[in-house]
Amino acid sequence: MEPQRDDSLLVQDYISGEEKALEILINRHNQRISSFIYSKVLDRDVTEDIFQDTFIKVIKTLKKGNYSEEGKFLPWVMRIAHNLIIDHFRKNKRMPKFEGNDDFNIFSVIGDDKLNAEKQLIKDQIDSDLTLLIEELPDDQKEVLLMRIYKDMSFKEISENTGVSINTALGRMRYALINLRKIIDRHNIVLTNS
Amino acid sequence: MEKIYSTKKNACEIPKAGPETIKFLLDYSRALRITKHRQFSFDLILN
Repeated sequence: MEPQRDDSLLVQDYISGEEKALEILINRHNQRISSFIYSKVLDRDVTEDIFQDTFIKVIKTLKKGNYSEEGKFLPWVMRIAHNLIIDHFRKNKRMPKFEGNDDFNIFSVIGDDKLNAEKQLIKDQIDSDLTLLIEELPDDQKEVLLMRIYKDMSFKEISENTGVSINTALGRMRYALINLRKIIDRHNIVLTNS
Repeated sequence: MEKIYSTKKNACEIPKAGPETIKFLLDYSRALRITKHRQFSFDLILN
């Protein structure tokens, strides 16, 4: 087994013409750099694009001999990725520019459709309560409800998968909801996130 | 239980550049030649 070479040695070997060294460097830092990019852009395809552009810059810089080795390969690559992320947001005009004056409120531009921490906790609680309540339903109704709500299947697809008519599937869904409401009423359960 | 969340199963996967991307980068690296002339440098992609 080949002893593990550190980054600076691999960079030197790559500059000297050993292409395999680049492969080791990419594989070694793939997850860390990808996770860093993904944490900013939240899109897997964009992450892959920026990852690719980052290493294209790395390759060009190394081949041009413009890289000064200070034992900091990963932070240097991260910095390139960071700059490309900023370029990405600039290009997509996703990063609102704040030009402060009295007529302009930054919060009218920046929208956040995510739930706040408290509402997210309540939502999680409701989701887990609902999962328990659904378990109380008869199997045929439970099956239809899970396919419709959690798997987002159409009633046509549900009827094909369960071997019943569309009308039967619709009926089972209706009874599932009625029964869920009954169970909720019977146990005085409050499900709300207003 | 896993069936309920089956449509979102890749939400838990750690993002990682795929093998195609890595292959592209390695091919690009092999094909790239830098030629310098005075203060200019030229990128050549050799197929």
